[in-house]
Amino acid sequence: MPSDSQPQPSARKPGGFANLLLHLHPKMVPEETLALERTFGLGGAALILFLVLIASGALLLFAYEPSTERAYGAVRALEDEVPFGSFVRAIHHWAGNLFLVVAALHLLRVLYTGAFLPPRRFNWLLGLGLLALAALGNFTGYLLPWDQLAYWAVTIGTGMLKYVPLAGEALVRMARGGSDVSPKTLSLFFVFHIAIIPILLFGLVSFHFWLVRKAGGVMRKSPEEGPAARPRLVPVSPDLIVREGAAALVTIAAVFLSAAIFRAPLEASANPGLSPNPAKAPWYFMGVQELLVQIHPTFAVLVVPLLGVAFLAGLPFLRYPEPPDGSWFRSTRGRKSTALSVVAALLLTPTAILLAERGLRPDRLFPKLGPSVSAGVIPLAIWVILVGALLVALVRMLSLSRFEAVQALFTFILVAFLVLTIVGVAFRGPSMRLVFPGGAA
Amino acid sequence: MTSEPGVSRRGVLGRLWKILGIVAAAEAVAVIGAFLWPRKGKEGARGSLVVAGPVAEFTPASVTPFPAHRFYLVRFTDGGFLALSSTCSHLECSVPWNEKDRTFPCPCHGSVFDMTGDVKSPPAPRALDLFPVTIEGGIVRIDTNRKIRRAHFEPSQVVNL
Repeated sequence: MPSDSQPQPSARKPGGFANLLLHLHPKMVPEETLALERTFGLGGAALILFLVLIASGALLLFAYEPSTERAYGAVRALEDEVPFGSFVRAIHHWAGNLFLVVAALHLLRVLYTGAFLPPRRFNWLLGLGLLALAALGNFTGYLLPWDQLAYWAVTIGTGMLKYVPLAGEALVRMARGGSDVSPKTLSLFFVFHIAIIPILLFGLVSFHFWLVRKAGGVMRKSPEEGPAARPRLVPVSPDLIVREGAAALVTIAAVFLSAAIFRAPLEASANPGLSPNPAKAPWYFMGVQELLVQIHPTFAVLVVPLLGVAFLAGLPFLRYPEPPDGSWFRSTRGRKSTALSVVAALLLTPTAILLAERGLRPDRLFPKLGPSVSAGVIPLAIWVILVGALLVALVRMLSLSRFEAVQALFTFILVAFLVLTIVGVAFRGPSMRLVFPGGAA
Repeated sequence: MTSEPGVSRRGVLGRLWKILGIVAAAEAVAVIGAFLWPRKGKEGARGSLVVAGPVAEFTPASVTPFPAHRFYLVRFTDGGFLALSSTCSHLECSVPWNEKDRTFPCPCHGSVFDMTGDVKSPPAPRALDLFPVTIEGGIVRIDTNRKIRRAHFEPSQVVNL
C-alpha cells in the first residue's frame, strides 16, 4: 500500500475489482465536495447508465438481425416471444433516454456552479462532445427496430442535412448511404450504434473522468486557489465509495422500475409510402421539429443550432472579471436573474407560438420577401432584439456581473427550447396542429 | 562535425517520422474513403415509366394516388394532368390527400399544399416536385425517374391532351 499517509494497520488490502475501483480514485477528497447538492451524483449516474446500456445492448445483439427484411421481425419476437425480451429492450430504451436526461442535467449542474471555467475549460468542451455522442447514439438506435416511428424519424432527421448550404445533398446521401433511407442506412446506423459510438464514448468518458481528477476533483464552493485553499480531506474509501454505490443503485433501480412498468414502443413495420400522422421525432429532437414548424428550415436546422452550440462552447472563453465561485447560480442576484429569465421565457415562447398559430408570423405577413427572409432573417432578428433588450434591462435593473448576465441569457434560451420541446411532444396533434393533450383544440 | 544551428540529426529524423506519420494517415483516409464510398449503378433504377391508364379513367377535378410509385395524378377541371410527387418538399414526409379540404396536409411539420402542389401554408419552402407526364394514344404515362424541382406552380406545367 502507498506510504504517503499515516499507516492504517487495521485496513485490509483490497483485492481484484475493489482494488481497480480504488485505483481509479484519488486517496482523499475534499469533504465538502461529498455534499449531495454539489453534484447530485449526476456524472456517476450517467456512467452507470452507459454501463447498463452496454450490458443490455450486448444482450439485445444476440436477438437482433440488422437487415430490413428481418429487423422488425426480430424486434417483434423480442417483444412477444423471447423470455424477458420485452424487459431487456425496455431497460435499453429507458437507460438510453435517461442517459440523455442525466447528461443534460449534469451539464446544467456544471454550468450553474461555474465549473466550466479554467482549469475545467477543456473538460467542458469534452462534455459537450459527449452529450452530442449520447444524442447520436440514441438517434442511430432509433432506426434499428425498422418500424414506422424509426423510418420516418430517420427520414426527417437525415433529411434536415439537405438544408446545409452547398454540401446539403451530399451530406444527406452520406448519412443515408444513398438517396433514401434504405438497407444501406440500416447497416450504417447499426455499425455506428453498436461499435463506433460506444467505443468513442468509452474513450472520451475515461478522459472526462481523468480530467476531473486532474482538476483536483469536483468544483468546490470554497476558494480553490490562494492561502485559504486548504480543504478538509476525507478518505475516498469509504466516504466517497458508499455515496457512489448509493447513486449507482438508485440509478439502476430507476431504470429497472421504469422498464418493468413501461414497455419500449414498437409501431407497425416501416412503410415508406405512408407517414404516420402526426409524425414526430424522438422527444430530444422535438424542440428542433417545433422550430421547423415555425421558421425556415435552414435556420431551424443550421443557423439556430450553430448559434446554440457556439454559445455553449464559447461560455468558458468569455472573460469573467469576477473571481470563480462554486456557489449555485453564483449569488442572490444570480438566483433572482435566473428565475426572472425562466419567467420571461415561459411567457414569451408560448405567446409567440399562439400568435403564429393565429397567422401572425412573418412568412404569412410578408410572403413577398421570400421564405429565407420572411421565415428566417426576420424572426431571428426579432428574437435577438427582444432578448437583447430584455437582457440589458435585467443587467441594469439588478446590476448583474458578466457571469450572471451570461447565466441569465443561457437560462432564457434553455427554457425557450424546453417550451418548444413540450409543445412539440404534448400539444401537437394530426397535421401538427395545436391541440390540448388528450382533447380537442 | 559541422552542424547548422537549430538543425540536428535527431531533429531531422524526428521531422521525418512526423512526415511519415502524415503520409500514413493520408493513406488510411484514402483507403477508408474508397472503401465506404457508395458504388454507382446499384441504385438509380428505382423509378420507372409508370403506365397510369387511359385518360378517360381519370375524371376531371380528381386526385388519384399511386402509393407504390409515390406520386399523385391530378386532373384539373379543364382536363389537364399533373403528376405530383407525394414526398413533401420540406423534409420528405409522405403527404396524404385530404378530399374534404382538397389539400395535401403534411403530417410532419404542418405544411399544406393545394391541388397544384403549391404551398398554401408554410414552412415548406417550395411547391411539391413534379414527374413528367406523357399522353400517347389516350394512355397516361409518368416517368418517375425524372423528378422536376420547381418553386411555384405555373400553368405551363400542366399537360393537356
